[in-house]
Amino acid sequence: MLRRDTFKYLASGAMVLVSGLLKPIAALAKWNEAAFSAVDYDEAIATYYPNQKIKESEQISIGVHAVVENGAVVPIKVKTDLPNIESIAIFVDKNPNPLIANFDLSPSCVGFISTRIKIQQASNIIVMVKSDGMIFSARTFIEVHEGGCG
Amino acid sequence: MASTIRLKTKTNDGVTTVRAIIRHPMETGFRIDSETSELVPVHYINEVIVKHNGNVVMSCDWSRAVSKNPYLSFMFKGADAGDKLELTWRDNENNSDSIETRIE
Repeated sequence: MLRRDTFKYLASGAMVLVSGLLKPIAALAKWNEAAFSAVDYDEAIATYYPNQKIKESEQISIGVHAVVENGAVVPIKVKTDLPNIESIAIFVDKNPNPLIANFDLSPSCVGFISTRIKIQQASNIIVMVKSDGMIFSARTFIEVHEGGCG
Repeated sequence: MASTIRLKTKTNDGVTTVRAIIRHPMETGFRIDSETSELVPVHYINEVIVKHNGNVVMSCDWSRAVSKNPYLSFMFKGADAGDKLELTWRDNENNSDSIETRIE
């Protein structure tokens, strides 16, 4: 893992040098273009969490209405009491790009995030929480009357 | 120009709740403009960073599937009244905006 990360870091650094861009390296390395561009849910997960085992957890709750009229604005609240949370990510399996958003939390953060997302059609919302270096998941199904991606 | 960001905080029992609303179209690139009948180009915030007294307390990587005029809320511990809180966003066209407030 470590070696791969180092390689990625070096590779993006080399890209910066080659292309002559003056963007900070961290900004290039951070936003995971491959995972955000993935059109298939399994591919998005495999790209975002390479070689990671994912365990279902009952310590994650997803607050969202089971039936949504307007898919353009779907309020979602995630709460978790898992320890040492590093990140919370939201996926929607039937959206054109299933990876919706990732939130990196510093150690002072509480296991909570709330936002509003677009959902194209009836889908599973899957939340991934990185806790103690491991990935935990929870999911809930929601019905959508009018798709929100147009 | 008025800020695109509204940022509010509230502290209870040592836990600070942060709420933000950002004015942004969050265009998916799938929408057709009803006047021109052409696709509206993809335009969305992909990065949000929140700093407490200069240290990153929370950062977001977003796709175009975050709703128009994004809403964001999170909670953290260890802030005192009067501390600095700063939110910065950046979009796929490299526009950005930033706001600073004091913890309440």
